[in-house]
Amino acid sequence: MGSNGIKDRVAIIGMGCTKFGEHWDKSADDLLVDAAYDALGSAGIEPNDVDAYWLGTLGQLSGLTLSVPLKIPYKPVTHVENYCATGSESLRQACYAVASGAYDVAMAIGVEKLKDSGYSGLVGAEPPNDGTNSSMTAPASFSLLAPAYFKKYGLDPKKGKEVLARIAWKNHKNGARNPKAQFQAEVPMEAILASPKVAEPLGIMDCSGVSDGSAAAIVVRAEDAKKYCKDPIYIKALSFVAGPGAGHMDTDYDFTTFREVVASAADAYRQAGITDARKQLSLAEVHDCFTPTELVLYEDLGFSARGTAWKDVLDGFFDLEGGLPVNPDGGLKSFGHPIGASGLRMMYECWLQLRGEAGPRQIKNPRLGLTHNLGGFPGKCVSFVSVVGREGA
Amino acid sequence: MVGIVSYGSYVPYRRLKRSAIAQVLGVPSEKGERAVASFDEDSVSMAVEAARDALRAAPAKSVEALFFATTTPPYADKLNAALVGAAALLPPELRAADCTGSVRAGVSAFLQAADAVRGGGKQALVAIGDARLAAPEAKAERTNGDGAAAFVLGSEGVIAEVVASASLTREFLDTWRQPDETFPHSWEERFALTQAYSPLLGKAVQAVLQKAGVQPGDLAAVVLDCPNPRATADVAKRLKLEPTRFADPLALTVGQTGAAHAGLMLANVLAAAKPGDRVLVALAADGADAVLLRVTDAIGAYKQPRSVGRLIESKGEVGYGTYLKWREILPTEPPRRPDPVRPGAPPMLRSTLWKHGFVGTKCTACGTPQLPPQRICVRCAAKDEMEPYPFADRTARIATLTLDHLAFSLNPPTVSVVLDFDGGGRFLCEMTDCDPAAVAIGDEVEMTFRRMFTAEGVHNYFWKARPRR
Repeated sequence: MGSNGIKDRVAIIGMGCTKFGEHWDKSADDLLVDAAYDALGSAGIEPNDVDAYWLGTLGQLSGLTLSVPLKIPYKPVTHVENYCATGSESLRQACYAVASGAYDVAMAIGVEKLKDSGYSGLVGAEPPNDGTNSSMTAPASFSLLAPAYFKKYGLDPKKGKEVLARIAWKNHKNGARNPKAQFQAEVPMEAILASPKVAEPLGIMDCSGVSDGSAAAIVVRAEDAKKYCKDPIYIKALSFVAGPGAGHMDTDYDFTTFREVVASAADAYRQAGITDARKQLSLAEVHDCFTPTELVLYEDLGFSARGTAWKDVLDGFFDLEGGLPVNPDGGLKSFGHPIGASGLRMMYECWLQLRGEAGPRQIKNPRLGLTHNLGGFPGKCVSFVSVVGREGA
Repeated sequence: MVGIVSYGSYVPYRRLKRSAIAQVLGVPSEKGERAVASFDEDSVSMAVEAARDALRAAPAKSVEALFFATTTPPYADKLNAALVGAAALLPPELRAADCTGSVRAGVSAFLQAADAVRGGGKQALVAIGDARLAAPEAKAERTNGDGAAAFVLGSEGVIAEVVASASLTREFLDTWRQPDETFPHSWEERFALTQAYSPLLGKAVQAVLQKAGVQPGDLAAVVLDCPNPRATADVAKRLKLEPTRFADPLALTVGQTGAAHAGLMLANVLAAAKPGDRVLVALAADGADAVLLRVTDAIGAYKQPRSVGRLIESKGEVGYGTYLKWREILPTEPPRRPDPVRPGAPPMLRSTLWKHGFVGTKCTACGTPQLPPQRICVRCAAKDEMEPYPFADRTARIATLTLDHLAFSLNPPTVSVVLDFDGGGRFLCEMTDCDPAAVAIGDEVEMTFRRMFTAEGVHNYFWKARPRR
């Protein structure tokens, strides 16, 4: 028994990604068509060449959500969801299906249309329950990390707030160089620090935006990849874990970590043969839904030793020019978070970077990239970690 | 001997200064302040607070009957007493009734409980809660208050014996409200005062003193309550009741708490009572009830968890605008969030011990308390090795917190806290009755039963944390 991984057995041969933002003029169907055809074009294949599809989006009931707008002719379409890591889940399923030999060509695609609800953020219907669930909003759930982290590592709350703002500042700086980002402007530190309170100590600028978007990937067995594309990228590791929710019940949990992320990172690093993530990775796309999330992730993913990530933040270690660029595309902070699309959007940045196509934010000679995508809340979440690389990386 | 074996009281945390109402409405500025049920409180939740204190102090746990009294029942066509019983963890073998329709309901319920014990029952719980509403500018808006009182009546361990009672009922029009109306109407004051309250209250008091063979001069304390306080003054004067022995009417600190008021005043009197004291409780409304109590030696050893005085001192202010918002008198813009969804009847029934009683589980294999109730232990993964474990009376400390400005609430920001319970157990919940800016990691809190929200006519009750009172 074990998580054996599929290192170098599956490759991505094409990807597509819409611009993320307020697509008032487009439906989810439109976005799916745009991302799917962008990916097909990128791989140089026809719709009929795809043997199976995995669609990630929230609150839908079947694969018809994809097969109808795309007019997929009588092929398997699986709808998956796994909270905010839904896009990553669709990719994982597609990769494993191809690795198994069941299909030659598979598409993973994710979409979310958040701006049509009239509400800020994700609106999901819960099944009938006993009314005892917490009605906490997402920013509030994640903001629990901040006071706990500050207290544990002796950060004065004002200093802590600066660290968080520095993360938002960095991501917006990166996003300003990305034509697909929802927000493409740098934001001064003062504006971030002074932004209206949302879930104290977080202000609105500590939160990812609300946007619409879609992204897609086409995967094939590694040995077939070169038939389609001269520089495919290879799956080194895929790890997905769901936690027991122990953090909300167990007093040992201190809200300065995501145990699920630690577990999925360890699993992914083992699959990929990574022993020192800080040194070996060229870039990382992580789930920066809120600024304290990214801070804690640096430590959970092994980029910084416990209690030291805040220093790395202030030193610029995770900046585009730093030792390990994190969220070079601008992250959820610049892209917003259309749930089903985000995991694939992160992979899209690795696809561009590893192929040298990232334009003004291109990292020099990248070899290995990581994507991290989570869903749920601190103490009770699902976590996905992938490692992808160039051939032989 | 039948009488009170324990009691509890509740005064909500928030106070509205009468001068603050005057400032907005231009009505006469009056002295003092009134207690205001928070946005998440109602007659049931306040009665639960008082009932839990009464049960905590009761020498034995053998309540067989429950009478819930109020003029402001959260449900018109559903047994509110059942909710009180569930939150107070009373056994299902329970006779339960709602007593409502008049501020007289509280004393009526008390007398019915005494009869239930006299008729052979072990213990009966009277839980009275009222959140009286009056229209802005109405005098009652300023003089009313919100609160609760509870009494466990029994025949063993009695601290105040019910010696005698007298009741009179008469049909007349003073205050009335139709079931679908928010605010009450009332007739001209002097009519009820001269034609009903004064004569009826006087007669009832005389009758009970006569039955008990007690002279006015023998009374150690007098609790007189009437919607029109001039009636109590008139009766006191006519019957030559000694003014220094009057119970504090709580007018300046709490306000008139409707059906709960005589009970609340009595709870306040009992805190200072001595063995042998004779206490008269009399109330006029739609007639009159008078009860004569004799305090026993057992009061010497009796320990009350929280006194009325302590609850009055433990307070925080509420502005008049906020009060109007809480009572949904002043319509305000709803948050840009979906409306809360009503809880489902089957899930609520399955989890009633948890939802209403805040009973979690404890793993018998490794000893870890956990909430909500689990089947598989979060610590050792043992399956179905759990026993019920009540958390409602446990204090907890804040592990981390946030102030949520986006959550659906009548009182933003919502303070959300992660609690670590003394003795084990971790839970994430809302915090109430606090100053958001003052809440910090490490603070000690206690649990309180609240109305979380109402959706499609279903009141969703559950537990929140609050600073210790």
